[in-house]
Amino acid sequence: MSAKDVAVKDRRNPLKTARGLGSAQSGVEHWWTQRVTAVALVLLGLWFVVTVLCLLHADYATARATVAKPWNALLLIAFVLTMFWHAVLGLQVVIEDYVHTRWKEVVLMVAIRFLAVLGALAGVLAVLRIALTP
Amino acid sequence: MADTQRPLSPHLQIYRKQVQMMTSITHRATGIALAVGSLLVVCGLIHLATGEESFNHFRGVLGSPLGMILMLGWSWSLFYHLCNGIRHLLQDAGLGYSIPQFVRSSWLSVIGSIVLTVVVWAYVLMAGGAA
Repeated sequence: MSAKDVAVKDRRNPLKTARGLGSAQSGVEHWWTQRVTAVALVLLGLWFVVTVLCLLHADYATARATVAKPWNALLLIAFVLTMFWHAVLGLQVVIEDYVHTRWKEVVLMVAIRFLAVLGALAGVLAVLRIALTP
Repeated sequence: MADTQRPLSPHLQIYRKQVQMMTSITHRATGIALAVGSLLVVCGLIHLATGEESFNHFRGVLGSPLGMILMLGWSWSLFYHLCNGIRHLLQDAGLGYSIPQFVRSSWLSVIGSIVLTVVVWAYVLMAGGAA
């Protein structure tokens, strides 16, 4: 049987299939990360809402002491990081879909990342200040 | 917004409005609103870390009429994005893809989010209002 007789259905290099990165060179990483952070936020978000509702009429000292508890501080930091991560992934898709002028798209993409990193760092720093200051 | 000379595909006004379409658009809109709301969460944490006076000021702003309206909007956005997000996760797993199921789950997200918002605000009001 010569090579001519074999019906070639897929002309892609096998290495491309093995890498699984597709034409955008980033594969399904964005899709997966968005889903995983979403699942985390279902749990962390509900915990956050319940925690805030419990502090509805608490005075300053109680609110601060609640955030300072190790488990609460840990979950709060996880919530802040996951929230900003998920927000960037979501806003990225919105920008890619609706902003068709390249320079505006790039400026917005960089701006939301700067803002998200600043927000996440500020949030984590605030929780640490509360948790580590007696 | 587009600086392209290519012909564009038909835009929104060409399509008949369906609940699945509205849930999809609303998911994006609430997502954007929540991204802005994330800054409020950080703002609250910073005020809490700064001191009592600062935190009480933050609470006062949230408890003002405008603050309450914004909180109502954000809480519904959160619950809607939560309910519809879970729906999308189930769809990603391959569930509920027939058209009747799609329509039913769309309404379920809308109703679920309203119920959760009402429950939370009923709790807030019964506990004697916010802040």
